[in-house]
Amino acid sequence: MAKKKQHTPKPGSGVTRRGFLGSVGAGAAAVATGVTSRSEAVPEITDPEEMVQTALKINGRLHRLLVEPRWTLLFVLRERLGITGTKAACERGECGSCTVLIDDRPRYACLTLALEAEGSEITTIEGLLEGEELGEVQQAFVEHDAFQCGYCTPGQIVAAEGLLRTNPAPTENEILHGMSGNLCRCGAYQHIVNAVTHAGENRKDGGGS
Amino acid sequence: MSDEHAYHIDGAVPETPENDPDSGAWRKTVVVGTRQPKIDAYERVSGTAVYPHDVSLPDMLHGAILRCPHAHARILSIDTTEAEKMPGVEAVITSKSPGADIPWYERGGQFYGKLFDDHCRHEGEEVAAVAAETPLQAVDAIRAIKVEYEVLPFVVDDDKALLPDAPAVQEGGNMMGEPSVRERGDLAAGFAAADVIVESTYSTSCQIHAPLEPHGSVAKWDGNKLTVWDTTQGVFGVQQTMAKVFGLPISSVRVIGHYMGGGFGAKLETGKYTVMAAIMSRMAARPVKLFLPREDCFTVTGNRPGNTMTVKIGAKSDGTLTAIDYHSHGSAGAYRYGAGTSAQAAYLYTCPNMRTEDVSVYTHTGKARPMRAPGFPQCSWSLEQTMDELAAKLGMDPVEFRLQNLLTELQRGDGMPFTSNQLAACLTEGAKAFGWEEAKKAEKQQGHLRRGVGAAASFWAYPGGPPSTVVVKLFADGSANLNMGASDIGTGTKTWAAMIVAEELGVPVEKILVEHADTATTQYATASGGSKTVPSDSPAVRAAAMDVKQQLLGFAAEQLETTPGDLKLENLEIVSRTDPEKNLALGEVERLNRRGLLMGTGYRDPNPEDKVTFPFAAQFCEVEVNTRTGEIRILRFLGAHDSGRVLNRLTFDNQVFGGMAMGIGLGVTEERVLDRSQTGKMVNANFHDYKIPTILDVADTHVCHPIDQPDNEFNNTGTKGLGEPATIPTAAAIGNAVADALGTHAVNAPLTPEKILEVLRTQEMEA
Repeated sequence: MAKKKQHTPKPGSGVTRRGFLGSVGAGAAAVATGVTSRSEAVPEITDPEEMVQTALKINGRLHRLLVEPRWTLLFVLRERLGITGTKAACERGECGSCTVLIDDRPRYACLTLALEAEGSEITTIEGLLEGEELGEVQQAFVEHDAFQCGYCTPGQIVAAEGLLRTNPAPTENEILHGMSGNLCRCGAYQHIVNAVTHAGENRKDGGGS
Repeated sequence: MSDEHAYHIDGAVPETPENDPDSGAWRKTVVVGTRQPKIDAYERVSGTAVYPHDVSLPDMLHGAILRCPHAHARILSIDTTEAEKMPGVEAVITSKSPGADIPWYERGGQFYGKLFDDHCRHEGEEVAAVAAETPLQAVDAIRAIKVEYEVLPFVVDDDKALLPDAPAVQEGGNMMGEPSVRERGDLAAGFAAADVIVESTYSTSCQIHAPLEPHGSVAKWDGNKLTVWDTTQGVFGVQQTMAKVFGLPISSVRVIGHYMGGGFGAKLETGKYTVMAAIMSRMAARPVKLFLPREDCFTVTGNRPGNTMTVKIGAKSDGTLTAIDYHSHGSAGAYRYGAGTSAQAAYLYTCPNMRTEDVSVYTHTGKARPMRAPGFPQCSWSLEQTMDELAAKLGMDPVEFRLQNLLTELQRGDGMPFTSNQLAACLTEGAKAFGWEEAKKAEKQQGHLRRGVGAAASFWAYPGGPPSTVVVKLFADGSANLNMGASDIGTGTKTWAAMIVAEELGVPVEKILVEHADTATTQYATASGGSKTVPSDSPAVRAAAMDVKQQLLGFAAEQLETTPGDLKLENLEIVSRTDPEKNLALGEVERLNRRGLLMGTGYRDPNPEDKVTFPFAAQFCEVEVNTRTGEIRILRFLGAHDSGRVLNRLTFDNQVFGGMAMGIGLGVTEERVLDRSQTGKMVNANFHDYKIPTILDVADTHVCHPIDQPDNEFNNTGTKGLGEPATIPTAAAIGNAVADALGTHAVNAPLTPEKILEVLRTQEMEA
């Protein structure tokens, strides 16, 4: 096995559908009251056709590009940068296939504007590889056959990675709630629970943070 | 047997020759039957797998489709002037565009609609399509198209479609052909001979396939040659349709479907979107990518019809069935596709007197497509719960009652024997592994929680068979390529195929590379659907590997101066059976070294005549019903499956659990909701309101209990199908468990909290 990345756990847990909507609500409230978590002010309203310069740090690499303000992070990843491991399935924050980590927290890339992700560490499924070698959650998904068609799988794996970064030893109930924002129509859920449990045990015993 | 409409395959199905000689059954296996992670797992978990939705070509345009927002309307005019002038727009097509005025929805040589039809018969019918430089420009452009509709009266309720004043969906009325009837014996005499009779009406809701990868294609022309990347279950059907539509030789159409993000039957047919992408690609002389937004994947890409089923069953007081009368009614939408369900009612139990009737009607709703065991889970929902009602009246255990009446042959004509039938073992071994008797005796009430257990039995009637052709190439360095046309829709097709080659030749699984699902480079295979990929293609894989082995032993025999029959292949070493001194490592076989590789071809031999083959299953579950909220928690599920030999235990388990998840959706959470009175539109065409099960909705514990008895009479791998059987009895088992908890069957699926609370309220009022 390759050496493991050192993860810095952040408070909070994996994203759930309800939790996600809650956090969107909180964000909206924060904007309304003029309080933002970042130092920059909220950008002024711009013409949707007008391109804005931005820089996105994706899997440790900085990409400088022009974006339309309406472009989502998902759109930029897939259609502008060709980073297609992140999947598009509903594009309205309901299925979790586009889950990426933003500063170690699982987020739906389809509901995140590219401009919102500026200044953050963005991690996609490709960013969990160590060179050509699979990361531990990816390896656990292989061994436990935690997928069928594999289309929701990058999102599932990234959600599991986010869960384990904040909670390296989740209980089964925490795994279920942490993974409940990611739909799998093939129904590989039992094997997903097995894989995430196993990956958590590995991380606790030997590696990571 | 089965409904002739159960699995539609686009295009002609070619015959394949028979193998010579027959390969005989495996006695012992070392690779087959183990737990083998998927050989393409790396690609799928790393993000390197390129799904059709990920394909991006140089100079590619993006397409979008404008759809009718009404349940029933006539297009009076379409004005695309403004859209055509918008930035980035390179092609706009409507019914008036050259090459786009073509018929569609063909059944038995007759057409029921057009690619673009001015008469829109359901919400979401195609009105126009656009290709533009970016996806957002394409969406902006379809919004700029002005359409004038005459909105017409609609009917979306199955039970109102046949009323005299119902608006007609198709010319000739809303009855889709004559009712389909099966009969045997004398029904009236059967009921007259019964001591106990139960009659109940059950219903299921329309279920949507909802694979996570949206439907769509990328089309690219090179002069008169067309290449299509399609998220499909069968590349060869798409190839034939595209060749026909564009008047091309079949050889000039290449369809690639290496990865695909789920289908469940919705991706068996060629999509209109594929044709539209290709038309626009030719117009613009640039590649076009056209994928549907999620909402369209709910309204236009198929569904499992909802059904209303009335079941009447009579039995002697000793539990012997005397008569089954079954009536099913449903709608497969606005275009021709049956909504029949009755096969299990006719054949699952031995009964001398039987009648089943299937009525399919047209409504102004999206067309059904085959969905994981078309018709079977609906029938199971009604038949298996009625069987439990009857068992309760007879004072018999539901499992015992079923065992007493199980089918022993297919009761059609003079009766047809099965090649294998382990349904009794599914019930008895399943019940034992589940702890059925103990669970039945356990205390039901715990405060406001009530527990219950339920079981259901089932068969699936589509066995698979020829044609299939597979090529195996063995390289002199001891690695192999396997070439097969079947799509791997997530079930692990490539993996069991590699395991079979590994079993026969001793090549390690990790040294086998599988080429598949590409019409230009692989052999014809029927679409992957109907649980027939394993039983259709695995025998051809084995035959191809055996062909390689025979050639190899022939080469070695020459070199060792013995006969091929004296030699065996073990761990890539050829050894004489009589003289262990005579042996060759693979790399020492001179003729193989000179050639570099050995190529073997295998075919799928015909199914046995005069016998039928069904996979069988029984599933058991325990539920906990919250009498305050009406919520159902599924504590555990066990599936006992007779699918013949288990090729890969790891993916077998996964399939069973996945089938259960989809069945839990049918039984508890999923429902297409239509605005029946005002607009006829689907109001929950999204994943938030249409609730496919999440990880919190499936059972706390899933157990797979394969019976694992090879069906060696059926084919040379002893395999039967699994994908559909895994979901057929699931909802019914839940229904029976809920009834065990509550004392009453809640008859209308899905069993949402409000329906459970209604059952409890009715019980209170009656008490």
